Amino acid sequence: MTKRGRFGIHGGQYIPETLMNAVNELEEAYEKQKNDPEFCRELEELFNEYAGRPSRLYYARRMTEDLGGAKIYLKREDLNHTGAHKINNVLGQALLAKKMGKTRLIAETGAGQHGVATATAAALFGMECVVFMGKEDIERQALNVYKMKLLGADVVSVDTGTGTLKDAVSQAMREWTTRIDDTHYCLGSVMGPHPFPTIVRDFQAVISKEIRKQMLEKEGRLPDAVIACVGGGSNAIGSFYDFIPDQEVELIGCEAAGRGIDTFETAATINTGRPGIFHGMKSYFCQDEAGQIAPVYSISAGLDYPGVGPEHAWLYDIGRARYEAVTDEEAVTAFEYVSRTEGIIPAIESSHALAYAVKYAKELPKDKIIVVTVSGRGDKDCVSVARYRGKEISE
Amino acid sequence: MNRIQEAFAEGKAFIPFITCGDPDLETTGRIVRAAAEAGADLIELGIPFSDPTAEGPVIMEADERALKAGTTTEKIFELVRELRQDITIPLVFMTYANVVFSGGTENFMKKAAEAGIDGLILPDVPFEERMEFEEPAEKYGLHLISMIAPTSASRTAMIAKEAKGFIYIVSSLGVTGVRSKITTDLSSLIGIVRENTDVPCAVGFGISNPEQAKEMASLSDGAIVGSAIVRLIAEKGKDAPEAVSAFVREMADAVHGI
Repeated sequence: MTKRGRFGIHGGQYIPETLMNAVNELEEAYEKQKNDPEFCRELEELFNEYAGRPSRLYYARRMTEDLGGAKIYLKREDLNHTGAHKINNVLGQALLAKKMGKTRLIAETGAGQHGVATATAAALFGMECVVFMGKEDIERQALNVYKMKLLGADVVSVDTGTGTLKDAVSQAMREWTTRIDDTHYCLGSVMGPHPFPTIVRDFQAVISKEIRKQMLEKEGRLPDAVIACVGGGSNAIGSFYDFIPDQEVELIGCEAAGRGIDTFETAATINTGRPGIFHGMKSYFCQDEAGQIAPVYSISAGLDYPGVGPEHAWLYDIGRARYEAVTDEEAVTAFEYVSRTEGIIPAIESSHALAYAVKYAKELPKDKIIVVTVSGRGDKDCVSVARYRGKEISE
Repeated sequence: MNRIQEAFAEGKAFIPFITCGDPDLETTGRIVRAAAEAGADLIELGIPFSDPTAEGPVIMEADERALKAGTTTEKIFELVRELRQDITIPLVFMTYANVVFSGGTENFMKKAAEAGIDGLILPDVPFEERMEFEEPAEKYGLHLISMIAPTSASRTAMIAKEAKGFIYIVSSLGVTGVRSKITTDLSSLIGIVRENTDVPCAVGFGISNPEQAKEMASLSDGAIVGSAIVRLIAEKGKDAPEAVSAFVREMADAVHGI
């Protein structure tokens, strides 16, 4: 980071004046708490006792043997409580909000994973919770909507714009400007204005810290590559962060190409976008020539976002990480392959990383090791994958 | 001298906001002329953005209609050039950072100045990020308008000291839109502004009738009205110029009569 809240040229705080004091207070509280032994102890206890950390680093023997190339390990974030990496960030932010005296959490959600995680933390901490969710996504993810309500959250339907994740973020930001005193905006990814990209990254960095430790125990060395899917990019930055100084570890983010990066139905921000300013940050965005944010598409509601976290934009700019585009078809094929081969049904988001890993492992010799983060479980995706394959099933 | 100062030179200013391209740019041109003729002292021209995060539903929907109608920044520059043949009051753009940044910030400022724009309001560019936009703006004689909100607290003096053109005082929390009551303690907020700068300040967000406009303008140097006008345009469509003219006249008279 070159200056406060910046990752190279990216990041910053492009938000209305009304919110500036709120983000400044958040930064101050976080700086104070992050090194406080009591805060760290409480968070670790939540991670271990409530979320079920550390998550396993699993050697995927059958995939490795079948593909005949590099050794593949899976970082099992899908085994966390609520079924995805999202809980790491949410527990951290909820604890921070509690320390700040906030009694109400608001959040945006795409597929509903972050919404469910936030509703879960709100229930645990006895806080009020309101989740903003695009109208389209509410229709597509009825089960997660039910779960959030069951956990005590209000789910607000957002029907502006495309009625998807980006509109839910915009609406949560609008809501925050209306009610700041008692409310913390629990942002779900490494995006938005400073200090969110840093806070969320720090809470997700537990993934790479564990990978390092587990890999040293199992193999006595660091992996050759770490691969993770990227929407906003929180599980990816969490998987990469501890390895950024280790130049020998290749860092690979997998974006959702949708129907292909040469079509308009894509969400591969780094592959198809260009620098812009939106949702509080400077980064890469899918946009038209006049700077209007483009509608994006992916089979995965969690990767269906027109931007990417500023730290990824920077890692791309300096060449420290590379970002590959993976299509719906490739992701669905990997979803089926990993289910069949390892008995693990991965989230369709994570399947983007797995699809690239399958391809890349075959290119590498047997003495190489790659780690793929399985960011979430795929139960939620069975209906849409079945539909993609032309089969209608109901939950 | 930047034209913006003229708006406040002869007393309180009435400042209407109009979304360019809703329902179409030809109508926008007629609305601007009608508002200027009816007594507007400065006009804010909104360049529509796909995802306006500081706007309430009224302006959000206007942006959507304008973009659907094919409005682009280039066509808005053309409209401003055409308006400048006879419109002499200051005109400022209100839009979002990406609209300016996307095609090159300096390029945008140059074109805006050439078209006859006097300043710009970027609600997603707070004090901390303003240099990136202010330097190129000033280079072409444009003022980047500062915003101060009820939550600005200790930031108020800092922002006021650096302000140019005029200061946009946000009346209350939340996004743009009509409010039945404004409860913020604006007089103490404006007191701090006055202690720190001679730059005039106008109050916006939530003002919809002559009584509110009069009240806000008597506390400050002017009143800004957006959503109430945009709503009128949404109702009347191509026939809006006449209705906007009557509304602006009533509001401007209330403000000028202080």
